[in-house]
Amino acid sequence: MEWSEWALTLAVFLPAVGAVIVMLIPRAQEELIKWVTLLTTVATLGIVLAILFDFDYDRTHDLQFAINNDWIDVINSRYHLGVDGISLPLLALSAFITLLCVIYSWNHFPEPHNPKAFLALMLILEVGMNGTFVAQDLILFFVFFEIVLLPMFFMIGVWGGPNRQYASIKFFLFTLFGSAIMLLGFLALYFQVDAPGGSTFDMVRLTEAAGAGMTHNVQLLVFGALFLGFAIKVPMFPFHTWLPDAHTEAPTVGSVLLAAILLKLGTYGFIRIAMPILPDAAKSWAPWIGLLAVIGIIYGALGCLAQTDMKRLIAFSSVAHMGFVMLAIASLTDAGFNAAVFGMVAHGLITGMLFFLAGSVQHNFDTRELSRLGGLLTQAPKMGWILGFCAMASLGLPGLAGFWGEFPALFSVFDPGMGMSEAVFRTFMVIGAVGTVLAAGYLLWMLQKVAFGTPKPEFAHAHIHDVNAFEWTAWLPILLLIVALGIYPNMLFRVTDGAATNIINGMSQAIGG
Amino acid sequence: MGFMENAWLVPLIPAVSFVLILLFGKRMPKQGSELGILAVGSSFVLSVGAAIGWINRVNDAESAEGEHALGMVFRAMGRSVGRFSQEEGHAVLPVEPITRSITWLQSGGIKLSAGIQIDGLAVMMMFVVTLISLLVHIYSTEYMRGDRRYTHFFATLSLFTASMLLLVVSDNTLQLLVGWELVGLCSFILIGHWWEDKPNSDAAVKAFLTTRTGDIGLLCGVIMTFFVVQAGTGEGSFNIVALNDSAANAGELGVSHTLLLWTAVGLLAGIIGKSGQFPLHTWLPDAMAGPTPVSALIHAATMVVAGVYLGARVFPVFYEGFSIADGGVNPMALVGGITVIIGALLAFVQDDIKKVLAYSTVSQLGYMVLALGVGAWVAAIFHLFTHAFFKANLFLGAGSVSHSGSHHSFDMKKDMGGLRKYMPQTFWTFMIGTAALAGIPPLAGFWSKDEILVNAGENDFQVFLIVGMVGALLTAAYMTRCIYYTFFGEYRGGDHAHADGAGDELVEHHLAEVQDEHAHAPVAVATHDAHDDHAHAGPHESNWLITGPLWVLSAFSLGIGLLNAPGIEKFTEWFEPRFAFPDLPHAEFSVAWASAAVVTGLIGIGLSYAYYWRGLGPQRLSERNSLARAGKTFLVNKYYLDYLYENVIVAFIKGPLANAAYWFNQHVIDNVLNYTGRGAMTAGHVVYDYIDQKGVDGVVNGIGISTDEAGSAVREIQTGRLQFYAFMLVLALGVFALALWIAA
Repeated sequence: MEWSEWALTLAVFLPAVGAVIVMLIPRAQEELIKWVTLLTTVATLGIVLAILFDFDYDRTHDLQFAINNDWIDVINSRYHLGVDGISLPLLALSAFITLLCVIYSWNHFPEPHNPKAFLALMLILEVGMNGTFVAQDLILFFVFFEIVLLPMFFMIGVWGGPNRQYASIKFFLFTLFGSAIMLLGFLALYFQVDAPGGSTFDMVRLTEAAGAGMTHNVQLLVFGALFLGFAIKVPMFPFHTWLPDAHTEAPTVGSVLLAAILLKLGTYGFIRIAMPILPDAAKSWAPWIGLLAVIGIIYGALGCLAQTDMKRLIAFSSVAHMGFVMLAIASLTDAGFNAAVFGMVAHGLITGMLFFLAGSVQHNFDTRELSRLGGLLTQAPKMGWILGFCAMASLGLPGLAGFWGEFPALFSVFDPGMGMSEAVFRTFMVIGAVGTVLAAGYLLWMLQKVAFGTPKPEFAHAHIHDVNAFEWTAWLPILLLIVALGIYPNMLFRVTDGAATNIINGMSQAIGG
Repeated sequence: MGFMENAWLVPLIPAVSFVLILLFGKRMPKQGSELGILAVGSSFVLSVGAAIGWINRVNDAESAEGEHALGMVFRAMGRSVGRFSQEEGHAVLPVEPITRSITWLQSGGIKLSAGIQIDGLAVMMMFVVTLISLLVHIYSTEYMRGDRRYTHFFATLSLFTASMLLLVVSDNTLQLLVGWELVGLCSFILIGHWWEDKPNSDAAVKAFLTTRTGDIGLLCGVIMTFFVVQAGTGEGSFNIVALNDSAANAGELGVSHTLLLWTAVGLLAGIIGKSGQFPLHTWLPDAMAGPTPVSALIHAATMVVAGVYLGARVFPVFYEGFSIADGGVNPMALVGGITVIIGALLAFVQDDIKKVLAYSTVSQLGYMVLALGVGAWVAAIFHLFTHAFFKANLFLGAGSVSHSGSHHSFDMKKDMGGLRKYMPQTFWTFMIGTAALAGIPPLAGFWSKDEILVNAGENDFQVFLIVGMVGALLTAAYMTRCIYYTFFGEYRGGDHAHADGAGDELVEHHLAEVQDEHAHAPVAVATHDAHDDHAHAGPHESNWLITGPLWVLSAFSLGIGLLNAPGIEKFTEWFEPRFAFPDLPHAEFSVAWASAAVVTGLIGIGLSYAYYWRGLGPQRLSERNSLARAGKTFLVNKYYLDYLYENVIVAFIKGPLANAAYWFNQHVIDNVLNYTGRGAMTAGHVVYDYIDQKGVDGVVNGIGISTDEAGSAVREIQTGRLQFYAFMLVLALGVFALALWIAA
């Protein structure tokens, strides 16, 4: 077989091989386990980089590195993988962040320790994440989408904070509930859509069919099922309440992966599946999605302002930030889809980084209570500056990555696609813009409480260590990428643009014709 | 000519120096300050080159007798461009800006570029920014000597200079927005330079959030500029030349007035936030918590005028959007007019010399916005130009006083007085700055302020002419008061000055430097004050690193106004846009109005002199008269705006509103979830007990056992709640299937 045919399979399942090896190693040999995991994630990232390198950027709208083999013949489900300009950055992000999480974990495994189980779960998680972004068959997509669930459930439930039971079950059931409904939607697509060549789970063919054979009402309903599955995962208001609990209780790298990758599975689902496969329904749903998105922006920000726990604050900020991503998607424009993917990557890097910092702050001070923290800049100046940097990136400072998720999102809704109401979406734009001020508010107040001022008496003589070598190794690539994407956003836009335009063109053709 | 095409180097050099100082600054012999000075100095040279290049270009265009091919591109599109004014007896030819750009990003068929637009306005600003930044760099090497974050301070100055220049040379509104936010970031960092003390970080956060509030409008406004261009040219873009062209010719091109109006409103909100206009001016006086060189550079001469610069840059949008040509009242002139007066009044009740200057800056920025609002483009920019020099002069003078005269205090009443004897150079330069600000001819401020007033009258904005006159009176009066307290009378400072400072709000708020000496916090860093060598000496003159910049700025304050004096008018000729710009009238210099303005200023000085020096007039009126007391209280409390913003609006959002949202989250949304969960579990038990156990028990026995075994493995963690999920799944399946069946 050609390299281009097995590249994606390798990128998805190499971590699974690693996980098996890790499970075979006796638990006591921690060093070996860590090295195997590291090697696996490095190799996986290597393969992804090779894919990045080989990818033909002149035709980002095409599925590249595609493989389409028989899989479950009974239901016409096929092993169909492929990447286009929208999948590619997310696949890269997933492989990249997982590696950095392994590095970060090296010396601080949360209680009850057990690196073997922890790292094996992380590798399994990577299989699910990578797979979701490249699957082109709904059943395959669903399998990967669900694979993600269990490792995260155990990560939170076993290595989590004091309230981990409640948080992990809530996370598990809530998202599983959503995906069950989503699966029904997939089944409805299979049975109802008149795809060329008969019933199919193939996403490409379903996209071509664009909901043919379904009445508008059925489309609306099926879209609703998909919406529920994806919106819970994003999470959108009012389906977000699992998120703050899961984040607060999850171990640091769990939070990082959750924020950086897992949330993107939902938004990716909207762009890849819900919108293009059911364009008619998408158009009817979009204003409501936009409404929930802007509510999420404001509501998430208000939720942040009410927090006393640094990590919970960052968790709530995800609700607001993903609101921007969803707003961009709801615009149903190519500019909006580009903005959404950019926003996903930027949020993954920035919020992931903020969770790393929250983890290190807790490691140092044994608390994340904002009222007890202070003066980080005097005790650990480097960490303090990085926190300031990330706060600025997160509030959308131009010149850093966050801005290019936020501004183009607002830009795209000024002139929404598919003939949707300008008045409605322009109102959303203004509300979204108000959200940027609230974002600045909660982030700067957090920064002020944590980093500025002088240390509280209880920590005045505490031994606080600044950023260490492992942290630098894990963080520096993220920080550099935040700057690079901020200065030269076309790095990412040129990858997504062709694919986004392709999807939007397909949708408007389906609606027009 | 190469200077203009390569003007992108001007912001790039300080940007590189920022990175270098950050990486290597601490290891350099002068701890990085030399890198900053070198970079900004180079940028200054390049800026001068670009300015000369531009002036030559203007002169060439005029000597070419209309043969010049400039502006061909747009003329070919069949539209009127530039202004062909006959007022000076000959046609003013369009002089096209020099632009260069590269593709920045491409998204959804929209190509956004990054680039430079070099024209009169840009070269003027580049000159001002680089020159004042250079002087402030030099000044800071002495003023900040021994500071605990000296290297970091210079790195941020470099970043600021780069960002400001990026904003200035930008050829599109999006890039301008990038520069705009970056200067805001630098302002945040520098205001909070001594962040150990809460008032400083409070001021920094306040500055950032207040300007961000205005940026709500700016974000929307910038987005709308894209669509203005789309309406005008058929192809959307953030390009400023295209924007101005679309707006200036809105009628012919069919750009809707509503769109222009909203764009103008949005951008004006940005200007209000950044340029300290009413009602968002409240952050600017607090920003004085930063080191004084920062106040001079950022909060007087450059960053705060970014708003005015934006107004001038895309002036046709405001001109058409607000129908400025019609005279009367428009939002822009109104905001500016109110700001002139409220800023000036507040300057009277300040004891902190920097706050006097800060409110003065607010008031003077009001003049500039007012000038734009009344269609006096040249006057606005000319005032921006002159103000930059004399206000930087005054701020650096105040810094010199505090550095060498008043033990790092800025309290005029407590720690100053009689300093003219000890600090003659600082005194004289400060006097020059004051005279320029007060509008004494022939100093800089006289010419620019007069130009605003006479144009306001000429363009049918008589109300604002009067506002400007009142402002002139107040300005002269509060500056006289300031001079009195600082330089005249008896010296009131001394070593006791900071010992009793603890209880004094002013000292506490703004004298981070002083507090460092008495650091009560266990901060394990080198204290900032290397001034100990002279901390206990009496007041004395500052050294040349401080007085040098003062004299340079004084020279500009003295003479630069002549640039646009009647009969010379080089400023108008060189810097007024002649391309994609409305044909604005230019009022003639009027001896009558000029005399009236001077007399008004002199009356202000005279009244102040009589009150403070001679003790004439109603002394201590506020202690005797309740009305006067109420007025003073109102002013001392800054019109209660800070109270409104911080204790009412922000407190409401941070407190009740956020808590209510969170309560809703925890108790409503989450409870729906929890009760659903519990309900499902109960239902599950019912089903299990009555149906499963008693009914289908036998059938599913085999399956049940294996599920049980698998379940017990997980149960340790999740206490057996998983069953209810299964139940809900089945339920949901049923409901959905039913719904699908109905819909189909």
